[in-house]
Amino acid sequence: MMQTTQNSRDAIFGAIRSALKRSGPLPDARRAELDANVPQHTRPAQDENLLERFIRTFESRAGTVQHIASRAEIPAAVEAYRANMNLPHRAAVGAALKDLIWPADWQVHHNRAGTEELLSVSLCIAAIAETGSLMLGASADSPTTHNFVPDDHVVVLEAASIVGYFEEAWAILRQRSEGMPRATNIISGPSRTADVEQTIQLGAHGPRRVHVLIVAA
Amino acid sequence: MEIRSKEFKSRAVFAIHDASLQQAMGKARDGFVGKRAQQAAELPEFEALREEAKNLKNHILENLDHYLERYEDAVKRAGGHVHWARDAQEARAIILDICKRVNAKTITKGKSMVSEEIDLNEALIEHGMEVVETDLGEYIIQLANEPPSHIIAPAVHKTKNQVSDLFEAAHGGPRKTEVADLVNEARQVLREKYFRADVGITGGNFLIAETGSSMIVTNEGNGDLTQTLAKVHIVTSGIERVVPTLDDATLFLRLLARSATGQETETYTTISTGPRRATDLDGPEEYHVVLVDNGRSKMLAGHFRDMLRCIRCGACMNHCPVYGSVGGHAYGWVYPGPMGSVLTPLIKGLDNAYDLPNACTLNGRCASVCPVKIPLPDLLRELRHLQHQQELSPVMQRRALKAWRFVATRPKLYHAGEWIAVRVLKLLGRKGSIRRLPFAQAWTDVRDLPTPEGQTFLQRWQAQRGK
Amino acid sequence: MTQSTGKRPRVGLFATCLMNMFRPNVGFAAAKLLEDAGCIVEVPDTQTCCGQPGYNSGDFDSARALARQVIAAFEQYDYVVGPSGSCMATIRHDYPVMFEDDPDWLPRAKALAAKSFELLSFLHDELGATPAGTRHLATATYHDSCSGLRGLGIKGQPRELLAGVAGLKLKEMQDAEVCCGFGGTFCVKYPEISEKMVEDKIHNIIESGADTVLGGDLGCLMNIAGRLRRIQSPVRVFHTAEVLAGMANGPGIGGHSQESR
Ligand code: SF4
Repeated sequence: MMQTTQNSRDAIFGAIRSALKRSGPLPDARRAELDANVPQHTRPAQDENLLERFIRTFESRAGTVQHIASRAEIPAAVEAYRANMNLPHRAAVGAALKDLIWPADWQVHHNRAGTEELLSVSLCIAAIAETGSLMLGASADSPTTHNFVPDDHVVVLEAASIVGYFEEAWAILRQRSEGMPRATNIISGPSRTADVEQTIQLGAHGPRRVHVLIVAA
Repeated sequence: MEIRSKEFKSRAVFAIHDASLQQAMGKARDGFVGKRAQQAAELPEFEALREEAKNLKNHILENLDHYLERYEDAVKRAGGHVHWARDAQEARAIILDICKRVNAKTITKGKSMVSEEIDLNEALIEHGMEVVETDLGEYIIQLANEPPSHIIAPAVHKTKNQVSDLFEAAHGGPRKTEVADLVNEARQVLREKYFRADVGITGGNFLIAETGSSMIVTNEGNGDLTQTLAKVHIVTSGIERVVPTLDDATLFLRLLARSATGQETETYTTISTGPRRATDLDGPEEYHVVLVDNGRSKMLAGHFRDMLRCIRCGACMNHCPVYGSVGGHAYGWVYPGPMGSVLTPLIKGLDNAYDLPNACTLNGRCASVCPVKIPLPDLLRELRHLQHQQELSPVMQRRALKAWRFVATRPKLYHAGEWIAVRVLKLLGRKGSIRRLPFAQAWTDVRDLPTPEGQTFLQRWQAQRGK
Repeated sequence: MTQSTGKRPRVGLFATCLMNMFRPNVGFAAAKLLEDAGCIVEVPDTQTCCGQPGYNSGDFDSARALARQVIAAFEQYDYVVGPSGSCMATIRHDYPVMFEDDPDWLPRAKALAAKSFELLSFLHDELGATPAGTRHLATATYHDSCSGLRGLGIKGQPRELLAGVAGLKLKEMQDAEVCCGFGGTFCVKYPEISEKMVEDKIHNIIESGADTVLGGDLGCLMNIAGRLRRIQSPVRVFHTAEVLAGMANGPGIGGHSQESR
């Protein structure tokens, strides 16, 4: 098997290079130059303040937001959300938030989420005002299943971590000492589909609702 | 799927008379076109982005080997595996191999046009594996045992009623008739599959050379559940989908959702980099990328390189009046509409898809919306040129062209011929038009032929003015 | 042969095949509009067809043969103008591409392309003409022919010119920019698809409530008119030049004398 792929690999590169009228790889200097290139693509102009824009765009995609004054208020806000949605007193909470103190009748765990999980709480890495998107990275602190399995996903966003453009979010990822997360999820509201007669329906496979708690800067 | 593009004409006629298809298509057309136009209008930079995207793609293609190598290295560094497949058969073999090795019983799939291109499902099913399409549209057509009719809305040809029937038959009643209930039913059925899956297969909208990541863009989140919950994640992608950096992918992201579904963004943009890390609580244990050539390196060489810019947004078909009239299935293979009419003959052979490049008025609406400015009409014309050169066009057409050239390069003869034609047509005309004309039935079956005024313009002009 | 007199531009009128055979009135209307705008109009009789049918059928050799003939017939003029976006887009855009690898003909093709114009955009953009004093009582809807619209950017010009016609009301239809299903030989190669497309088009025309359809390309107009006649619709069809020149008093395309006003 490996043999076949190696042969195929050579054949494909051979075909590509002959199509490009080259006999071998680019010279090393040119390759280094290409790799060093930092693209500067047009970014759609924004004329709002980041927080306002994030909220507007996120809400336009059926997400909901709530402001809280400090991290300590998270459990109370989640409890209020839970009560409003009539959910059980249970949540899968990313270990990034494990310092929080939850009400006594709550069952909280930091493991991955299974089908029985109805509510999860995650801390996001950043938010992107351009499209109203949250950026979450897979780790022991933030399992990917939390983002997709439960019906209700509450995401904690530090107001200071809102950036204007995707490019700024990528810069944050590049600065991480552990490198790219295994999965980076850019999430812009609840899951949706329009596959039946173009009718938009929320909660296709992922969360039916995404609620953001914005922690004041 | 077996190519059936040779039956284009009959399938097109059939489609035109299919009332539910026409109902579904009408709805889709209006939705996609209006929403895209609104997005384009709301973004002053839209045209500049299209131009940049075109140039960036050209740059990538010009250095494709380099970016692929850079990508491959980065995938390996992240603990993933890269496989190279020259054609569909090799791609199937690679994937089958992986699935067999891990003893896969259930395979979930996010939407992947490349997997359609390589006939993957059939091969896996043949080997006793259960294959479950998880994109709602793909799931619907899998139940209907049909190929997709659109590259981003595979079940666009189905009405709600038809979906109700399919779900009732597959899931057992009670029959659901509301969209919300239908979606919910599929959600419940598919959740169980995600958690049971041994292998999850997704496509890759972009492959990021900088980080060795694959990027998928979805609205439903099915691709994420597919790749997060299975033990093995396999990405299938064409070799042309590589981009240098995350910033470069962003340029395309800004165009993709707007062009495809008329949204500023899709709900989920997911960047996957390698398998589960030691400390991760979820995610696949293995991460594989199968890079498929299947005719692409050949396209890179000739007149058709522009086609490799395609980011599979579907805007060209949404705006194509022929696609809008006949739907995707008439095209007879996995890629329909304008982009399919270029790709199908190139991948499956000019002679296997004679009609596709020809069944087009060259009206140019596709090219005018294509986010990477692919000159689709020019490419279709170029395919006609190849067909003409290889004498694949009908003999009658080639004879007619010869005769036309003979006469039209002799002005006196041409004008005399026109004058005769005018006189004959004038004789046949009643009340300004002709209802039936032998030899021109294809015209008069559909519409009257306006009768000429009397003399040709040149005759009258010369009579009045000399020159 | 007339010499250029002073600043009056000498225009070679490109007599498109369909106009020459089916609707000479459009040619005379074009000549009148050009002359009213100060041009000298000539019609070389060594012209035949622009070559597009061959080009779009993939017979590039035949297309080039025809293109050379057109270039030879017209390169002596200051401008080449034709009442068709489709033929003129072929000359403007396709000729230079056709001769890309031909160092002898490429400069000639490019030179001709640069001075070739579709009639309505020429009047509006190059001459700044504002035909006045014409009257045409009708409520018209405008079909944007594809080659003119996307190939030559013709959209506002005919509408602005028509705004000067007394008695004429313009009413936009839905999908005015969508192809009518003509497509040259497409309409006879794929008649069923063409029928569906022209059916959608005339549905939009009738929905608009207009009593007249105007456009700038006879191929499309004959397709639309033919279909309207087939379903016995009273909606009349004219080339825009006929209305602008005040020469739309006779029957519309495919119409007959009883219907004229
Ligand atoms: S050809 Fe252009 S418009 Fe069509 S799918 Fe590809 S990128 Fe989109």
